[in-house]
Formats: sequence, structure tokens, C-alpha cells
Amino acid sequence: MTESFLLFPDPAPPEVVRCLDLADYPWTAQDLTGASQLDDNWTGAIIDLSNDPEDGWQLCKRLKRGDLPVEPVLVLVSGNQLPDMQLRDDLYDDFMITPFHPLELEARLRHLLWRAGRGARPEVLSYGPLTINIDTYQAEVDNRKMDLTFMEYELLKFLTSNPGRVFNRETLLSRVWGYEYYGGARTVDVHIRRLRTKLGEEHAHLIQTVRSVGYKLGQAR
Amino acid sequence: MVSHHSCDVLIYVERQISYVLRTVEERKVKLIRFWFTDVQGQLKSMAISPVELEVALSEGVHFDGSAIDGFSRVQESDVLARPDPATFQILPWADGGTTARMFCDIYNPSGTPFEGDPRNILRRNLVKAQEKGHSFYVAPEMEFFYFKDGNSPRPEPIDSGGYFDLTTADVASDLRRKTISVLESMGIPVEYSFHEDAPSQHEIDLRYTDAMSMADKIMTFRLVVRELALEQGLFASFLPKPIEDVQGSGMHLHLSLFDNDDKNLFHDPEAQYGLSETGQQFMAGLLHHAPELTAITNPLVNSYKRLVPGFEAPGWITWAQNNRSSLIRVPITKRDKESSTRIEYRSPDPTCNPYLAFAVLMAAGSKGIEEGYDLPKEVAQNTSKLSNGEIDTLGVKSLPRSLNEALEAMEKSELVHNAVGEHVFEWFLRNKRSEWQAYKSHVTQWELDTYLPNW
Repeated sequence: MTESFLLFPDPAPPEVVRCLDLADYPWTAQDLTGASQLDDNWTGAIIDLSNDPEDGWQLCKRLKRGDLPVEPVLVLVSGNQLPDMQLRDDLYDDFMITPFHPLELEARLRHLLWRAGRGARPEVLSYGPLTINIDTYQAEVDNRKMDLTFMEYELLKFLTSNPGRVFNRETLLSRVWGYEYYGGARTVDVHIRRLRTKLGEEHAHLIQTVRSVGYKLGQAR
Repeated sequence: MVSHHSCDVLIYVERQISYVLRTVEERKVKLIRFWFTDVQGQLKSMAISPVELEVALSEGVHFDGSAIDGFSRVQESDVLARPDPATFQILPWADGGTTARMFCDIYNPSGTPFEGDPRNILRRNLVKAQEKGHSFYVAPEMEFFYFKDGNSPRPEPIDSGGYFDLTTADVASDLRRKTISVLESMGIPVEYSFHEDAPSQHEIDLRYTDAMSMADKIMTFRLVVRELALEQGLFASFLPKPIEDVQGSGMHLHLSLFDNDDKNLFHDPEAQYGLSETGQQFMAGLLHHAPELTAITNPLVNSYKRLVPGFEAPGWITWAQNNRSSLIRVPITKRDKESSTRIEYRSPDPTCNPYLAFAVLMAAGSKGIEEGYDLPKEVAQNTSKLSNGEIDTLGVKSLPRSLNEALEAMEKSELVHNAVGEHVFEWFLRNKRSEWQAYKSHVTQWELDTYLPNW
């Protein structure tokens, strides 16, 4: 399994999710019980304390001093929670006040990872004949460069980074588009159709329609 | 503080821009074409080199709008073209894939959207529809002719093929196949294609998309068809009636509305022909306002030579489930294909400005829904075969029979005025009136042949 950020709580705060998706950081949402059972290699943790500070701080404690060592840990607090941070300096590596600017979150994560001596972004995604270079935004199928528009590229990248997972249209709209569009949920069908056309006859089947649910790319590994 | 929403948009735009810049670098793109459309529906283009691209993406490009049809207002003629990075696309046929294009939105120097920009006009209408939860989908049937070249006094067909002909004589089929493959590599999916009734006439049907992408696609389509024909030393024409005794080229439009839950608002399995009350009201809106829209959907003097009885083009404002002489057809849809419920509006031709045409069609249909228009009776008879008496009994009205009649109907239309805005409304009427005047005073060959020997 690829490394990912641990997000607390589960379900994860949508504004954090959108920001991580846009920045190409994989993530997994966990609550306190779920996190205890995991032994993955985490890239780091983002703990939102604004709704459930008790479990949140509990989790921080285990991440920083306990049985689940994860580094770095970024906590999100609301302004009126600032006093709670006293005497808890050892429970996090950095903090941010909510609501936050998405670019700030991205910048802090980048900096934290740099300080920890690693970059966490996968540079090349691949599945079967498909290769996507995240740094250069270039997608290839069978070593043939694909001429994609930005949204086609984003959709293909999203599906490829979650092989075998079925996404419904609403999820794809909110995770891939994330903002205004004029076409409604049909927009997804239209883009899937275009992607298949551009993949060419031979590889169009890579993207499968799951009847009355949505779409998936390939099989889970 | 900036809202989360606008932050999201900002980040998207930033990433789209970096996608464009990086792709230009990686793919060694040498030229980026900035595309926009004038009020007449002609594609306009400015070429930008990769060096200028970054600034052009963030600031836009100023140019003199008075050089563009329908943009001209001499006292304040400067406008700003801002490329839409979401439409960045390498042109696979041009210069070995080293040319790319982006569609532009046009702004006033003050930063407000420019009233004369057709893309802006369509967007305004679509946003209004979206506020009511309506997304407008369109699928066009594009018809055109291939001719030997564009310079001969009369267009010369390159074959005598008929409907669904597949013979070695069909020299154009290779060209059509190549055109389709270029269209598909640009993400313009083709549903069907075939040789049409008339010699040298072809049809390519596009798969439905939202109205804005479709208008962009039609602009791209017209260019691709013409450029690829030129490569073969041929000439492709979208003129509605290039040859007088065969059927002309139309652009039938399949229209549907979807709501935010992805439900086809035209679909109701219990209703007649599976067409919901909303669908019927939308259709009633189109029928009611059809004369006012026709100058936009059929903008040339020549357009009205296609809309004559006997050539499978509509002349009367009627609807039917399956009648090729009616203005609107309700195609039969398969039982389990809810999403394909639609109506087919058959008068438009491929010389119209697709942005303006979609804007007025959407406005007329919406008006029908808002006001709960009643749908007139279905007319199943072939109207081109009916006598004047029979037409009177049916109480059926005619589409405008000339550009002049269409302009008269448009001039009185509040609906079209509101849909396209004052700037375009005024310019379009003025420009088309002078086109009509020029035509009216022209002495034709027909007149000379018919009258000169005897008078």
C-alpha cells in the first residue's frame, strides 16, 4: 500500500480533503479506534481538533509518545481552542487555525515534510499500459502521449490513483471538480466518454461503468 | 476574508495554468492559438508564442475590438481576451502536434464581461438556468458538403453517392474517417456518421454534452472539417443550400434538460411518448417563440432556401413523434434509456452562431416551463404535401420564409432581446438588415435569364 496521510476525524473534514486531493497527497480518514488498529506507514497525520478535541488530543498523544509513532503531526484548532495548547507542545509538530486558507495547508505540509527529510508525493502513477507523471502532468497509454484537457487529466489521475474503487458521479464531481460546473452530474459521463475516446478502442475498457453506481478504473491491487 | 469557495476556484485556476504551461513545455508546443467567436459565428484566432503565454494567461491579451464583427463600438473599442485554461487542447492535425488552442472569454478593460461576446452570453443564460436546477444538454447532427474547390463559380460535388452508400466511388469516406479520428482524439465523440442523401453531402452526429462545451465543439468541428478537406485539396462547406435541386445542410439539435440529481426532466414513462409535462412545456416554448429565434438559428439569406417544402426541412411550426417535415420531432427512446429522452429541433443550420442559438433556444424553452405553455396538437401529416386550405384548418403557422421576415419577428421579441442582451440584439439586426438590403437590390442571373430575352 502507498503511504498516506492519516486524517482525523472520520469522516474527514471536506475542506482538508479537497486540499489534499488537489495537492496529490493520498490520505485515509480514521477515528481513534480505527487508528489504533493500523500499522501502516503513514506520511504524517492531520488532526482536526475543532469538533472532538478529547479524542483528537488522545490520538496526538499516541502518535507522538505512544504506540503509533507518526511524524509529522499537524493539528487544526479553532481560535478559542488556543489556550488548550498550553503544555501540549510535545503533542504536535505544527498547528493551524481554522478556518484556514487551502494554500497555507499545502505550504505547511510541504514544509513539514521537507523538515522531516522527505517529499511524500508519488511522482509517477501507473496502471497497466497507463502512466501518469504527476510532476509534468503528462499521461501516456502504451507510451503514446495523450492530448488531455485539464479536467480529463484530473479525472484520469484520480481514477488511476484509486484502482478498482467504484466512484459514483457525485463523489467524482466533488473530489475531481470541486467547484462550479454548468453541466450537472452528466458532466462526469461526458468526461468519461471523452477519456475513453482518447484512450482509444484498445484501452477504452480500462474505465468501466458500474451499472447504476458509477465508474472505476481497472482492478484493485 | 476570502471565502473557501473562491479559494478553491483560485487554486483550480492556478493548477490549470500550471498544467497548461507545463504541457506546452513538455510537448514542445510552438504556438498557442487563442480562439473566440464573433457575433456572426465566425471563429477568430490570435497566435501567442510560449514566451508570451504565462503573462497572457494571468493578464489576458488586449486587442482592438472594432476589427471584429459585432464587437465594434468605435469610441471604446479596446477589449481583453482571457484564455480559459480548461479548454487547452493540442491540435493533433496541425504542425505535427506543436500547436495548441484555448477558447477565450472577452472582457471590457474595466474587467466586466464584454456584452458582445457570444460565449459570455451563453454562459449568462446557462447560469440562470442552473439557478433553477436545469442543465441544458445538446447533441447536433452536422451536415455539410465536400466540393472540388472553393473557387469555381458553381460548387462541384466530388461524388454522386446516396444515403448510406458505401462504394469505392465514395472517395470522401476516407476523408470523413480521418476527420472523425481527429475529432475523437480531441475529445469530440462521434455518435454516427454517414453519406447523406445528396451527392457529396455528409453527416456527422456528435454525442450530447452540456451546451457550453457543445458550442465550443461545434466551433472546433467546423474548423477541423474544413482544414482536413483543404489538406486533400477539397473544399468543405456548411452553406445551408449550396445546390438548388437537392436537400440542404441542416444542424438538427437534440435537446434535453437534466436536474441536479442527474434526472432527465423530459422523461416520464407514464406520459405520451414518454415526454414529461416539463418536456412538453419546453417544446411549447420553442414552438411559440420559433419565429423570433429563426434569425439566430438560420442567419443567412441562403438559410431560407433550405427551409422550403419537399427537401426534408421544416417550413411549418409543428411537432410530431415521427414526421420529418415537422419543426420538432420527439424521437422514440428505448424503455430503459431514460437519459436519452429528448426533443429534436430541426430548423437550425450549421452556419448559425452556436452560442447565441443555444442561448435563445434555452430561453424559449425555459419560458414555456415558467409560464406553463400548453402544447399545441401533434400534426402527423407531412406538411409539405398539404394545401393552403388544409394548413388553415390545422391552424398552423409558418416559419419565417426569408431573412427579412425572420428579422421582423426578432425585432419585436423581448425574449431574444433579453437572452442575447442589447448590444448583440442591436448589432445583429442592423448588420443583417444591411445584408438583406444588399441581397434585395442584387440583380440575379435568374432574372436576366428569365426576363432579358423578352423585355
